[in-house]
Amino acid sequence: MAYDSFHILKSTAVPLPIENVDTDQIIPARFLKATERKGFGDNLFRDWRYDQEDSPKEDFVLNNPIYRGKILVGGHNFGSGSSREHAAWAVYDYGFRCVVSSFFADIFKNNCLNIGVLPVQVSAEFLNTIFETITHNPKTELIVDLPQQKIQINSTGASENFEINAYKKENMLNGYDDIDYLNNIKSEIQDFAENTPL
Amino acid sequence: MKKTLFDKVWDSHVVRSIKDGPDVLFIDRHMVHEVTSPVAFLGLKNRKLAVLHPERTFATADHNTPTINQHLPVADPLSRNQLKALEENAKTHGISYWGLGHQKNGIVHVVGPEYGITQPGATIVCGDSHTSTHGAFGAIAFGIGTSEVEMVLATQCIMQPKPKKMRITIDGKLNHGVTPKDVALFIISKLTTSGATGYFVEYAGEVFRDLSMEGRMTVCNLSIEMGARGGMIAPDEKTFEYIKGREYTPQGASWDKAMGYWETLYTDEGASFDKELSFDGSEIDPMITFGTNPGMGMSITKAIPKAEEVEGGAATYAKSLAYMGYEEGESMLGKPIDYVFIGSCTNGRIEDFRAFANIVKNKKRAENVTAWLVPGSHKVLNAIKEEGLLEILEKAGFQLREPGCSACLAMNDDKIPAGKYAVSTSNRNFEGRQGPGARTLLASPLVAAAAAITGKITDPRTLI
Ligand code: SF4
Repeated sequence: MAYDSFHILKSTAVPLPIENVDTDQIIPARFLKATERKGFGDNLFRDWRYDQEDSPKEDFVLNNPIYRGKILVGGHNFGSGSSREHAAWAVYDYGFRCVVSSFFADIFKNNCLNIGVLPVQVSAEFLNTIFETITHNPKTELIVDLPQQKIQINSTGASENFEINAYKKENMLNGYDDIDYLNNIKSEIQDFAENTPL
Repeated sequence: MKKTLFDKVWDSHVVRSIKDGPDVLFIDRHMVHEVTSPVAFLGLKNRKLAVLHPERTFATADHNTPTINQHLPVADPLSRNQLKALEENAKTHGISYWGLGHQKNGIVHVVGPEYGITQPGATIVCGDSHTSTHGAFGAIAFGIGTSEVEMVLATQCIMQPKPKKMRITIDGKLNHGVTPKDVALFIISKLTTSGATGYFVEYAGEVFRDLSMEGRMTVCNLSIEMGARGGMIAPDEKTFEYIKGREYTPQGASWDKAMGYWETLYTDEGASFDKELSFDGSEIDPMITFGTNPGMGMSITKAIPKAEEVEGGAATYAKSLAYMGYEEGESMLGKPIDYVFIGSCTNGRIEDFRAFANIVKNKKRAENVTAWLVPGSHKVLNAIKEEGLLEILEKAGFQLREPGCSACLAMNDDKIPAGKYAVSTSNRNFEGRQGPGARTLLASPLVAAAAAITGKITDPRTLI
């Protein structure tokens, strides 16, 4: 088993209503020098979170104690840029298990699914509703129900369904990863390899 | 069934399709570098697995390496540690390793094609998003995350749903002073950074046919910046000519057999795409970016667009311009700059240095400009020397550094200082990409050369 399984997550959420949040913001390149997967949460959004003297910037949402939770809500086109899985690790290690946005960059989304962070894509309207509700009341809880593929604002009951590939859903529910699957079909892969042209 | 180029390559690599799930895709070539691989190798160790096909796996050190004094031990202990980890992992698993100082060392996407590892019709992955570069040869090439690196090491396969297909056709002739980089920045400015998300792009039309292999690599390299997983161009005589006789290219009878496959690699007449776009090549000008993502680009002669003219939120747009220290409606021409960076897997090949040298020849570097000239590989470095370009560059007041990714992602010491403006031939102008607080203007080697000579943003056509 590669990571904790995911079923229903009920949590308050942290709003980050910025568009095109790229992986260089999520984790700047200078923090990619580790040879183990440890401590990336400390540098999540490093340059938005801390100034050049390493003091927390008060106006950044992660430094605002009002907002807490296991769900990160981001603006359109979240996670664009590089393929660094460190970005997904940083999100996970900081304590988020789910990222909500109206649009995700491909590789980031894949990376999240591979390490047990659920990317939930909602409509632009619903994303706005979530931002407004949270800003109005930071104690607002979201319920992310993977079996039902549904996200709901607990206080108002407003909800929306989201899509996830059936195979990936099964993996998330069980905490399996792709290597477990591929390892089981290795002889089929080897047969295939012998007949490739290149 | 009529098939696109992409269909042909993808379908011939599917080991099995999972119902309502991804395809299991066989990977022909896996490129590995020091930054995104150590955790993957650690994963193998924890699962007690070996690398399934070491002969299909190639490791080079590039992201984290210094670009001066490469003969000395790497000063930064963290970087040193990461480089050592790659060397040891390569040794343990019997993978070819082109480390620092090795004659074949260089940026992963530059050395792959140079040694014929990159071939038409192949599936190629690497833990770096600009793996899309290799699509220039008619390969399906894309970047992957570290879990996927582990997956490919262990099983030579990856699990991916088949992306949608887009074709971008550009006919016509490019104007004087317009380079492949401008073509790519032009497309991204039209599509935005998410315009091709979920798609794999095929570039077609006269403009791409006319490009050299180097130029095609620059275009395919930047596919990821419009959100696409990758981009590809059908192989032709130019492609075969380029790869013939390279170290890892098939020889003799194997070449003929491979050619049999390669010659089938084109989009069938009437094959369908999920999306088709076309542009007129003669309408493209030299481009430059003014904001904090590669989609925020414009013709170098135009004014910075007003917030109401662009897609996306006004607040995000304002934040971006504030970071750059620019205002809407301003002209970019004449704005002072501090640094010039020529290099990266986007524009760090020999043609790029030729273009740069062509402009700076018999001129002098502007005194206010610090210039970092970083070849993409040792092969490029050697060619610069052999072709006499080094002399031209040095005479004009430029020095050459040693190969690596350098200021493209500023993981080593090559960081642009906070607040400074850098005209860069690399691929990303995100906040802090080239160092905390650095302000990046993406452009072609010609625009970079014009800036290096004049100390400000200058239309290179005035200098040619
Ligand atoms: S030059 Fe830049 S984009 Fe290219 S491989 Fe290196 S870091 Fe990645």
